[in-house]
Amino acid sequence: MEPKRLVLSKISSSYYSEDRKLAVLNRVSLDVKAGEFVSLLGPSGSGKSTILKIAAGLLKPDRGRVFANGREVTGAVKVGYMPQQDLLLPWKTLLENCALPLLAEGKPRAESHRRVEKLLPVFGLAGFEGYYPGQLSGGMKQRAALLRTVLIDSNLMLLDEPFAALDTITRENLQEWMMSILHRFNRSVLFVTHSIDEAIYLSDRIYMISDRPGRIVTELMVGLPRPRSRTVVTSSRFLNYKQELMGALAGA
Amino acid sequence: MKKKSLNNILPLGIILALLALWETVCRVFAIPDFFLPTPSSIARALAGNLPLLLKHTTATFYAVVAGLALAMVVAVALALTMDRWPLAKRALYPPLVISQAVPIFALAPIILIWLGVDLKPKIAVVALVCFFPLAINLVEGLEQVNPEALDLMQVMQAGPGFIFQSVLLPAVMPYFFSGLKISATYSVMGAIIGEWLGGSTGLGVYMTRSMYSFKTDHMFAAILIVVVLSLALFKLAGFLAWLFMPWERVQSKE
Repeated sequence: MEPKRLVLSKISSSYYSEDRKLAVLNRVSLDVKAGEFVSLLGPSGSGKSTILKIAAGLLKPDRGRVFANGREVTGAVKVGYMPQQDLLLPWKTLLENCALPLLAEGKPRAESHRRVEKLLPVFGLAGFEGYYPGQLSGGMKQRAALLRTVLIDSNLMLLDEPFAALDTITRENLQEWMMSILHRFNRSVLFVTHSIDEAIYLSDRIYMISDRPGRIVTELMVGLPRPRSRTVVTSSRFLNYKQELMGALAGA
Repeated sequence: MKKKSLNNILPLGIILALLALWETVCRVFAIPDFFLPTPSSIARALAGNLPLLLKHTTATFYAVVAGLALAMVVAVALALTMDRWPLAKRALYPPLVISQAVPIFALAPIILIWLGVDLKPKIAVVALVCFFPLAINLVEGLEQVNPEALDLMQVMQAGPGFIFQSVLLPAVMPYFFSGLKISATYSVMGAIIGEWLGGSTGLGVYMTRSMYSFKTDHMFAAILIVVVLSLALFKLAGFLAWLFMPWERVQSKE
């Protein structure tokens, strides 16, 4: 049995809106094992982002406990958290943005920049290190944000709909590319998405979450062999999974 | 290209035409110089008094620079305090607005009583006029800092110093500089008001003296310098913004 990188145990969360308490999450339990790619699939507004924030220790749940690498999470933990917007700082060049996690650790500037420069070709960003985010395309910004997330020294990554804002072609390219990247860096991933296809294509396991207040509706193991090619989306197994998830969503 | 040069020439042409009209009206109707001097006599007054005007301009300029510097320190301190403690924001906002609601003309004599007639009250008046746009803009800038960017800093386990220099400082810079543009334009006016009420040097003093001896052309010369000085400071603020925010340059180019 592989060790668990992340465990959320019976998490409930809510927020106040004009003095009314709105439940966001209702006793959500999930885990991510070492090297596993797990997707959180659900309609928008189902509290998926809240789960990631709680997992990163950025938000305190009303009830329930969180463990990252066996340690209970009480405050912000060092984790490869990538928020929904690419969140490259507009005042920093691509190189400076990607080097942020290393600089925050107190690594010297020259060394940090060298490490980023070595990774730029892998992320298809070579030659753009001096560009500001405003000069980059959406796909490039997402790749840069992912590079930065990879450089956060942690074996766990929390990715919040990283491809949601992109067009279909860019999105599919990045999905394929990301799978190869993650394999290379051997990270465990909790991945938030509202796209059923994306979840099946990328994941080892999928948690389907209901509309607010979010609770886990179903859990699905994706047995598609890796490496997966694009054509897998037309296979009957893929379509079976899709049907199962759509049924779960309708019944939720 | 052609259109751009036309855009530059047109305002200049209008100014020249107005000056010509002014000169003609004064001459045709034989308007006395003490009532409304012609542009040419203003130019003569300016040229003939250059060393004296320069001395007074320097005095005003010192007050402006010192007052602006003081305003910046006060504004940054206030904004950081108000951003850090919401209670401080709620407590400080009303008195801040009140400080601007009282006309500076009414406050200046009181400041003179408190601080004497030297450089100090002038600096105080300039600072009082200038700190408000800076402080308000900075507070707003700090409010606009993306909370997600701060979350990101948290998961990188970045220290407060690192967060300040890589997120907060650059995020508020555009707000700071737009405040500075307003403050820089007001600053000369503040110094002049301070000088009207007392002191021995400065363009304000020069203006009062010219007024008492009916040298209206000298007054206009001083006004011209005030305008040029205000414009120069405004342009300088814009240049500093350009210099310190290289990312804004490339983005606007796109």
